[in-house]
Amino acid sequence: MKSNHDKGSVVFDHVIKNYGDVTAINDVSFRVEPGNLVTLLGPSGCGKTTTLRMIAGLEHASAGRILISGKDVTQLPATDRDVSMVFQSYALFPHMSVVQNVAYGLVASGVNKQEAHAKSEDALALVGLHGYGERLPSELSGGQQQRVAVARALVLEPEVLLLDEPLSNLDAKLRRQVREEIRELQQKLGLTAVYVTHDQEEAMAVSDRIIVMNKSIIAQEGSPKTLYEEPNSSFIADFIGDANLVDVEILDRANDRVNVDIAGLQKYLPAREFSLGPAKLAIRPDAIQLTASAGNQVGITGNIRHATYLGNQMQYDVECELGSLFVVDYQFKQGLIAGSDVQINFADRGLVLVKAN
Amino acid sequence: MKNSLVLWLLVGWVGYFILPWYLLEDGLFAFDWLFDGYPFDEDYSPAFIQVFSTDKAWLLPLVISLLLPLKALTLKKSDRAYASYLICSGSLGLAYLVIQGFAIGVSGWQFSLFANYFLDSEFNQYGMGYGALLYGLSMLMLLTTGLAARGVMKGDVFVTSSIGLIIAIVTVFVFYPVSQVLISAFQDNQGAFSSASFIDKFFDEKIWGLGCTTRSVSCGIAWNSLTLALLTATITTGLGLAFALIVTRTGFIWKKQLRLLTVLPIITPPFVIGLALILLFGRSGVVTEFFADLFGLEASRWLYGLPGVLFAQVLSFTPISFLVLIGVVEGVSPSMEEASQTLRADRWNTFKNVSLPLMRPGLANAFLLSFIESMADFGNPMVLGGNFEVLSTEIFFAIVGAQNDQGYAAVLAILLLAFTLSAFFAQRIWLGKKSYVTVSGKADSGAHMGLNPMLKMSCYSIALPWALLTLVIYGMIMFGGFVKSWGYDHSFTMQHYEDAFALNWTELGLVWQGAAWDSFWTTLSISAIAAPLTAAVGLLTAYLLVRQSFKWKSGFEFGTMLSFAIPGTVIGISYILAFNVPPLELTGTGVILIICFVFRNMPVGVRGGIAAMSQLDKSLDEASLTLGANSFSTFRNVILPLLRPAIIAALTYSFVRAITSVSAVIFLVSADHNMATSYIIGLVENGEFGIAIAYCSVLILVMLSVILAINLLVGERKLRRSNRLSNAIKKNSNAPLKLKEAE
Ligand SMILES: Nc1ncnc2c1ncn2[C@@H]1O[C@H](COP(=O)(O)OP(=O)(O)OP(=O)(O)O)[C@@H](O)[C@H]1O
Ligand SMILES: [Mg+2]
Repeated sequence: MKSNHDKGSVVFDHVIKNYGDVTAINDVSFRVEPGNLVTLLGPSGCGKTTTLRMIAGLEHASAGRILISGKDVTQLPATDRDVSMVFQSYALFPHMSVVQNVAYGLVASGVNKQEAHAKSEDALALVGLHGYGERLPSELSGGQQQRVAVARALVLEPEVLLLDEPLSNLDAKLRRQVREEIRELQQKLGLTAVYVTHDQEEAMAVSDRIIVMNKSIIAQEGSPKTLYEEPNSSFIADFIGDANLVDVEILDRANDRVNVDIAGLQKYLPAREFSLGPAKLAIRPDAIQLTASAGNQVGITGNIRHATYLGNQMQYDVECELGSLFVVDYQFKQGLIAGSDVQINFADRGLVLVKAN
Repeated sequence: MKNSLVLWLLVGWVGYFILPWYLLEDGLFAFDWLFDGYPFDEDYSPAFIQVFSTDKAWLLPLVISLLLPLKALTLKKSDRAYASYLICSGSLGLAYLVIQGFAIGVSGWQFSLFANYFLDSEFNQYGMGYGALLYGLSMLMLLTTGLAARGVMKGDVFVTSSIGLIIAIVTVFVFYPVSQVLISAFQDNQGAFSSASFIDKFFDEKIWGLGCTTRSVSCGIAWNSLTLALLTATITTGLGLAFALIVTRTGFIWKKQLRLLTVLPIITPPFVIGLALILLFGRSGVVTEFFADLFGLEASRWLYGLPGVLFAQVLSFTPISFLVLIGVVEGVSPSMEEASQTLRADRWNTFKNVSLPLMRPGLANAFLLSFIESMADFGNPMVLGGNFEVLSTEIFFAIVGAQNDQGYAAVLAILLLAFTLSAFFAQRIWLGKKSYVTVSGKADSGAHMGLNPMLKMSCYSIALPWALLTLVIYGMIMFGGFVKSWGYDHSFTMQHYEDAFALNWTELGLVWQGAAWDSFWTTLSISAIAAPLTAAVGLLTAYLLVRQSFKWKSGFEFGTMLSFAIPGTVIGISYILAFNVPPLELTGTGVILIICFVFRNMPVGVRGGIAAMSQLDKSLDEASLTLGANSFSTFRNVILPLLRPAIIAALTYSFVRAITSVSAVIFLVSADHNMATSYIIGLVENGEFGIAIAYCSVLILVMLSVILAINLLVGERKLRRSNRLSNAIKKNSNAPLKLKEAE
């Protein structure tokens, strides 16, 4: 069953994980293709870390099977799995120098010291830390420590690289830069990587595929583009890129398109699996256009409750027939002020029909 | 991991085929057995030869468990049969070893049922020795390796074996002896089971009598112990709180010095305070004479009895409750007190209604600790008790005294154990739920509020005289050894030190002439052997408790902490009862002392280890595991190095405790292995206070210097390390930085 093109793949087959009465993972199945970077994304407590730790072998599944490179590893302890992990806290051994940290796994698997150190120096160079080998982890900046943790995981040339919120201890600027580096390295080395984050922008930026989890199950899985443009639920629509959820009526279906009535305004949207009747529409905040009311324009009438100036954008809370809408405007000149009446229209992009849930 | 299997199997083979199977009179490491008829002499033969040379055919089946695993070596680890072979041979070997050990003793069959069939004088054996020990260890490891292969503990051999090992040794050296006490309490003097005799002994007037309330006879021992323990616990808790409040809530200038008080009980042999009190307040004590001269008061014997013992115990245990309460008082979050003050409560009301209730569980803890300590205390009642008899000393006299009534001693032991265990349970159950003291590790900002003036003054006036008294007492101990004869001749002399520690150069070389050298070196060497073993067992247990999860873990924890609540005298008598006869005939050896120390001090090692290990981020172990290191090398390369401070603390503590402990030791010493403390007790009983005091001061100084030396060494290491570090930084900062950020 093990074949070459499976090397580096990860498969979850109906995996369940219970902690006493708590079900942390409830019947989850997915497959990570070799060479892909897959992100586990979801709100706090949804089971991302648990999933990752089960791939590492640090937790054992209560039911179901886990396969790595086509081999069943469900019962295999962490020590014997060919995966390595970058911890959120980095978990660098404070009593060992940087190079000893990186060489640790090699030495543990029986490589002789000299060779292990030579390889470790190479790995350090790869992450841009050439010459830092003799320092202790406590003598490095947060970003440098993070790279040591990556080097330590990479040097073992694992079949799968696991990263648990690797950037959460870095400041916003550095975070963007390091995530590019990780992505670059991963692609250069052709590694399979599973990456945990709760930052959807980070997930969109680095992933080949994203698995969105919610309440111990997979909510949706797909490429970043699919998730954004074709969310299968209002949860996904809201979680990936924000959305206003409003009730609409589908009036008519022709070919691949439907005619939707949004509080009197009519729009043609891709039909997907929807049919006539009431439905939910997810409206991206930047897909709403506001114009100051003047005479008899088309559009829904609304009133601005709050207006916030953020430099490159204006944010509004608008009260209207559909409820309260959150609006972002990047093209503003003057900006509208709170209390003024507006006409609401919608752009052609940024409207998606979703299932109500 | 098959390497380790081969290793353990080899250990078993060595135990069975090479080492002497039975216990050697002079110990294995004297090595005289090697040149004295080994391997065919019946005392020195390994088991395999015993089978033929001395007709001990019942040892032959043991070989099966050494052969079966050979088959397992040819199988793959994943094979079900591999595990089965190991589990089978391990458990059979262990079970058979135990059964034959208990079944056949010095005088043949132990079970009377069979005795009629095999009344053969040749049919006997003595206590097991190193051969049997290695064999048993090997069997245990085969069993745990097999269980691991079956998937126990996720198949982790190291963890499974460690758990197996700890369970085995705690069973053999804690539960088995204590159960012997229970059994022997239910036996009459002929050794037959009899609950009537237990009830007789248990409800004896001597134990429960209430005569003292109405007539002028002494009360029952149980009441004496209970009264003493309650009084001691109450007073020490109060004093400890006063000290703790001064140290944490006032601007007292000698706070640091006051904190040093907490070190005292660790380095003080338990009866030393009693001795010093005799020198001060005894019939010919300094203070007594002073007042006698001044007021013409008749010197009385008030010190010998409840007041004296109480006095000595409060002096001994106040530092312990001080230590506990510092933590408690500091643990009350300042923000609570600040909140109360912003709500317009004054300092007294804040203290009374907020701080004190928050400290209540901690106070209860200190109270229960002092209660247990007082119950278990042996030295002070021994020295000062007089006619005031308490359980711990009465047990001793029941064994060594004229009556030599083991059954009576066992009954008393059960009673004492019941008292301390109840306190232990109360502490665990009650405190488990009600700890308000925050240990989140999050720094709480704000400063503790000061005490209100009244409270401050009362703390000062209670605690400071007491601290002064403690100082005087320790001064007394240091100088007492230089005085010719207390109460009679107060001139300076070196005689006591000469008697105890004289050295002589003769043509034969150095002669250790002093009377104390013998017990002194025994004490040091036995303590030095026990300390690393204690630390190892304690830290391994802590690792299992903190880092592994398994069924019955709380039972496991309870078992390992239990010996903390078993008074030394109970341990002493239980060891005598359990290890005086085969299969484990250890009394009279140095080994039994070492074992006793290891298990008495293990709970402290466990606690220290747990505290230290809980501070270590768990992801460090996990990182090591995912990097391909197994749990054993993770333990060795990651956890142990990071626990160095805890290890050193455990080493120091168990070394010093072994030197100062007396209660259990006094049952277990022998002519060949006399310990300092029991030697000193002997001196005191003979009224030779001078030498006793001199010896005590030497012990205290030795322990102090050991502690200081260790601290210095550790400090030195830290210094060197930080030097190396700053060098490393300098070197690197000269190198051109090739950071990616620079691109
Ligand atoms: N050792 C444990 N014992 C009991 N419950 C646990 C344990 N570890 C995790 N859980 C529970 O399992 C669920 C999933 O936890 P997990 O750590 O996987 O969340 P997460 O998605 O990583 O969240 P976060 O983004 O906050 O890190 C949570 O409800 C958590 O409370
Ligand atoms: Mg997490």
